Amino acid sequence: MKQPVLNALGHIGRQTLGILAQWGRAGLFLLHLLPALPYSVYRLELLIKQVYFTGVLSLPIILTAGLFVGMVLSLQGYNVLVDFNSEEAVGTMTALSLLRELGPVVAALLFAGRAGSAMTAEIGLMKSTEQLSALEMMAVDPRKFVFAPRFSATLIVMPLLSLMFIAMGILGGYMVAVGWLGVDEGAFWSQMHASVDWREDAVNGIIKSVAFGVLIAVIALFQGEDAVPTSEGVSGATTRTVVQSSLGILALDFVLTAVMF
Amino acid sequence: MSALIEIRDLTFSRAGRKIFDGLSLDVPAGKITAIMGPSGTGKTTLLKLIAGQLSPDSGTIKVNGELVHRMSRRKLYDLRSQMGMLFQSGALLTDLNVFDNVAFPLREHTDLPEVLIRPLVLMKLQAVGLRGARNLKASELSGGMARRVALARAIAMDPSMIFYDEPFVGQDPITMGVLISLIKKLNDSLKLSSVVVSHDVAEVLSIADFACVIANGQVVAEGDSESLYQSESPQVQQFLKGLPDGPVPYHYPVAAFGDDLKTEAS
Amino acid sequence: MTRKQWIEIWVGMFVLMGIIALAVVAFKVSNFQGLQERSSYQVHALFDNIGGLKERAPVKLSGVVIGRVNEIKVDPDTYFAKVSMSIYDDFDQLPIDTSASILTSGLLGDQYIGLNVGADDLFLKEGDRIELVQSAIVLEDLIGQFLTKFADSGE
Repeated sequence: MKQPVLNALGHIGRQTLGILAQWGRAGLFLLHLLPALPYSVYRLELLIKQVYFTGVLSLPIILTAGLFVGMVLSLQGYNVLVDFNSEEAVGTMTALSLLRELGPVVAALLFAGRAGSAMTAEIGLMKSTEQLSALEMMAVDPRKFVFAPRFSATLIVMPLLSLMFIAMGILGGYMVAVGWLGVDEGAFWSQMHASVDWREDAVNGIIKSVAFGVLIAVIALFQGEDAVPTSEGVSGATTRTVVQSSLGILALDFVLTAVMF
Repeated sequence: MSALIEIRDLTFSRAGRKIFDGLSLDVPAGKITAIMGPSGTGKTTLLKLIAGQLSPDSGTIKVNGELVHRMSRRKLYDLRSQMGMLFQSGALLTDLNVFDNVAFPLREHTDLPEVLIRPLVLMKLQAVGLRGARNLKASELSGGMARRVALARAIAMDPSMIFYDEPFVGQDPITMGVLISLIKKLNDSLKLSSVVVSHDVAEVLSIADFACVIANGQVVAEGDSESLYQSESPQVQQFLKGLPDGPVPYHYPVAAFGDDLKTEAS
Repeated sequence: MTRKQWIEIWVGMFVLMGIIALAVVAFKVSNFQGLQERSSYQVHALFDNIGGLKERAPVKLSGVVIGRVNEIKVDPDTYFAKVSMSIYDDFDQLPIDTSASILTSGLLGDQYIGLNVGADDLFLKEGDRIELVQSAIVLEDLIGQFLTKFADSGE
């Protein structure tokens, strides 16, 4: 009778300890990585390469998704606002939703799936093919050569992608509201311009996206480095990167929203 | 005999399993030393301990008379620039081509202009016979070629010692022959000290000046290849001759077969 | 052109696109004014109820933003709400009998100050008070009035 209960408790305990141990390792990993970060400025060519792999290659998905999200927001907003005779506010609504929440959050979720997972897989593969050990043996610090450029690139790329997502979203919203639903163009822009605050809405959105960038970079790089160096280990680590960053982004978004707005 | 690497009473365990238990070993300078032993005896781990990538639980490892695991990172990196390591998989950087892989340590550690790096790299590639493959990507190489490129990279900085981690695993007889003669040739022409970790007995003993066999976390036999073949130790005999049963049992530890059948039936 | 150069070109384009997006968000979408505020002059008005008006709310003339609310406080003499606003210098020819009302964009939108120009020959200048005001419409008051009327008519 007692045994299954004890087993279950033991299982929960083991899982918890496992998670805590992993968080501890991730914290140490970040702590050891920080001193290497300034190095990515000296090795600009490595940074540029990573901006290309994480940023430029994420462009198609970010731009397309931004366009559609903006179009949907505009369409839904119009359907609600038209009942109150204030369909001109659709621009404001689209812009505010995108700047405050959807831009940073959706761009970060897509980035985690597109670039974060690729980063984990790449580093896991470098680990399993002993490339990281080989760098160590050649007296090249993998933190400076492999991790720092990827971390810095993510910090640069994330807010830029998020801004592009927002701009595309507003364009999509404009196309639907003005081009299709016949909202007055002047009212669309002026209402938006009048109600959206630079400091309050735009800057806070950008701060959010930088915070998400840090989160994704830490999780993706740590999971790659922590991966069991086999093909199952690497694929498991890739999955964990996507799951943990997605949940982390949403949880962090709640905290940041509570603090900011 | 001057010892390049001195290992004394080394113990090391990983995941609760004791891998080395009081291992002592001297690696002579300027010779080819073979470290042999059955799979899972931690031969690769031993190389990582010597290179300072892992730290022992107790015991000491000295290279050139200095304790490896007490060194600062900077000093350790200085030491490693005198070491070359050939990994089992080659461990070439996958996003670079052959030429850039060999040039990598030179570009990272020296300020040499490209005009000087080019002839240096071509020289190393010539030594391993792959000067013609310089523009291939790392992923386009066969296993044997990847290992030869890795060897060219390992000697790019003109190290004084070089470690080979299972260089013969999974290679066809021709590649194996190429690698054996390369190891011998490099050791003699570059005045290196080489350490070859392997379980391919015949191949490695054909070039080794000095060899040792590791089992149960200790050195069970050492000497030149002649004396190893004449060793009385049953472990050495089983390993060298490849007998299926002996001190290393054929069966994974298990209850007597008859008992097992009975329990299963009841 | 080598692969490395292509990567650099793409990254350059990427950063440029990011900056353009930032500019769109800053100037087209939000009210980013740069480091310096547009030069403006101050006027104020007294309201008996400002409803949900906030600082930095827009001041509009015929729907065009011509200034911002920069301070809201209670006037110690009259106990009315004293709303100070800056009007951009481009709009320095507002007649002195211009009226100010607190309006709402749409039914649920933010509140702003709407100006209606008068016909006087004198213009508002720095420190003037807008005399003609219409306070915010408070929904509860409206409903209260409606209910009272409804009850009265029911008798």
